[in-house]
Amino acid sequence: MEGTGLAELARILVLDAGYNTALVMAGSTVFGVAAGVIGCFTMLRRRSMISDAISHATLPGIALAFLCGLAVFGSGRNIVLLSTGAAATGVLGILAVHWIRERTRLGEDAAIGTVLSGFFGAGVVLMSHVQTLPAAGQAGLDGFLLGATATMTADEAVAITVASVLVMAATLALLRPFAAVCLDEHHASNLGLAVVTTDMVMTALLLLVVVTGLKTVGLILVIALVIIPPVTARFWTERLGVMLAISGLVGGGACYAGSAASAFWPDMPTGAVIVILAAMACAFSVAVAPVRGVVSRLVHARRFRRRVVLRQALLACSRGDRPDDDALRILRSAGLLGADAELTMRGHAKAAATASDWRLWELYLECYPERALATPEWGSRPIDEVLPADTVAELRARAGSG
Amino acid sequence: MTVQEFLVLDLPAILTAMLACVACSLVGSFLLLRRQALLADAVSHVVLPGIVGAVLVTGALTGVAIMAGALVAALVAVAAIELLRVFGRLEAGAAMGTVFTTMFAVGVAMLEWSDVAGGYIDARHVLFGSLETVLWMSPGDLATVPRQIVTLAVVLAVLAGLCGCFHKELAVSTFDPALAALLGFRPRLVSIALVTATGAAAVAAFEAVGSILVVAMFVGPPCVARMLTDRLSLQVWISVLVAAVAATAGYVLAAFGPGLYGSTNSLNAAGTIAVTVGILQVVSMLFAPRYGALSATRRRQSSQSATR
Repeated sequence: MEGTGLAELARILVLDAGYNTALVMAGSTVFGVAAGVIGCFTMLRRRSMISDAISHATLPGIALAFLCGLAVFGSGRNIVLLSTGAAATGVLGILAVHWIRERTRLGEDAAIGTVLSGFFGAGVVLMSHVQTLPAAGQAGLDGFLLGATATMTADEAVAITVASVLVMAATLALLRPFAAVCLDEHHASNLGLAVVTTDMVMTALLLLVVVTGLKTVGLILVIALVIIPPVTARFWTERLGVMLAISGLVGGGACYAGSAASAFWPDMPTGAVIVILAAMACAFSVAVAPVRGVVSRLVHARRFRRRVVLRQALLACSRGDRPDDDALRILRSAGLLGADAELTMRGHAKAAATASDWRLWELYLECYPERALATPEWGSRPIDEVLPADTVAELRARAGSG
Repeated sequence: MTVQEFLVLDLPAILTAMLACVACSLVGSFLLLRRQALLADAVSHVVLPGIVGAVLVTGALTGVAIMAGALVAALVAVAAIELLRVFGRLEAGAAMGTVFTTMFAVGVAMLEWSDVAGGYIDARHVLFGSLETVLWMSPGDLATVPRQIVTLAVVLAVLAGLCGCFHKELAVSTFDPALAALLGFRPRLVSIALVTATGAAAVAAFEAVGSILVVAMFVGPPCVARMLTDRLSLQVWISVLVAAVAATAGYVLAAFGPGLYGSTNSLNAAGTIAVTVGILQVVSMLFAPRYGALSATRRRQSSQSATR
């Protein structure tokens, strides 16, 4: 029994568990990549939380579209119709946030909170009305809340794939203006870029991604897919291209694995699984990423402290003072202190070198006070590691003559 | 509708809604003035894994355990947000979005996996609230007052007491953190206390209105008050009043609104309360005497015609 379960999971993972499942997984993965890519720009533009307002604002649209479909076609379960409704109220939500921010004394946080809860409240009311109707197909609406790829049809998967590919193509085509506006708004506008228009296009693509992801991740958690992958990527790189690639990879990977899990355990809310997978990638990055990661920062801070204490201890020794216990411990672990608690030969040499280095740093402060004060490493590292060789040579010459 | 029905069904629901709205708006006023309204959004999501975790650990649905679990979750979330901001040099929104969506997803997954408390709380309750399930089984008997109402009353009393005792610290650290630090008010401690208060109000209101619509109660009434006044004490009183009115009006709309178009079903009360709050907000944003958008436009026009 266990064996067949694993075999089934493996078949799902290599897209061999039926046409429908393969389509759903492909669609979800492409969506994840698109969300990760557009999310990078949203994050760099400091607009991450606006997607929370957008996603919650889609609920009344979904319910209204369902009611319209029911009245006109006799059934409301059509992904294009529902997505159009979602996008319509999503746009209203964006406009409302903008209006509140610009025209009232309330800040953006209050605007987002207001739109998010007001629209969602209206959606909840409409949904509770829909539920009392004796119509078929309303059960499908629940999938929009927390995501349900297991019940997704082939048509829906195709629609999601097409929309995601469109978003990605548009983002890549507009890479340059987007990057310019995100990195330096004023410079971009000096170059003749229409910043407001670029922002509008960016927000429109964000809206499209959010609406596309409703069926996969659900409207409560879809914002995680435009926030968590870029945050993960941010820990690894400073370069935009690399960031887009990592973010797309994390988003796509989480959606691929999440929809596979959902095909295997159909009762699990797909959105929660996908978000947890993405969050695991994020937590891993926060811990071990090379420069910004927690481990690397702690190691770096420890090394820095050790280096400074060691230098101060050597300076104290060269002046004939006795360093404190902590410094003595570090001296001993560096092999500069003998068993008799006196400096070794190497320790004496190092103390002398540090003392002469220190004299050069003091001379630098005396001769070029402004430049010295602007040097953050002043006095904490050997001078020839920090300053250019000719400056050090000049200081040496002065020290020798003086 | 008989008096008996009203006492069993409607009165406890209205009381719950009113207490929840008032408790949240009390805390919300300070969050709004500190431009931290989204903290309410984040905290209301992260209490979910705390609640589910507490139920899993203790095996029962008791007020104290739930409150403790949720407060721990709120503080963990705030610490994680700070960690992301400091180490990743991220904007607050991105850090917040990462943490609260993750914790909410964990909460949802725990709910589905564990079948907590025999399905007492499921995803629908979390999203839409379950105001309709607050029943006073034998009206007049104080021993059977619903647990939710007791919890909310206690939380509201504590929060109101704290606001009363520490209004000076709250006010100064809200408007001028530097001065607060100089005066020895420890603004950081006040911030942490505010997060804790947000968590407590969110949990108490959670069972009634779910974890999304709570945001309407935190943000809405204080926004209305902010459009109407500049004075802190007036701001707090107006938002409490707005909260009470919106809760009552919203519930009445949900319970009796469908009767207007001949339906015997009722609407989701948490939703109608959020909508009522939203409508009050729109009205205040447009028509507030001094700061409303329309009165600002009119003032600009009249000053233009006066200079002509």
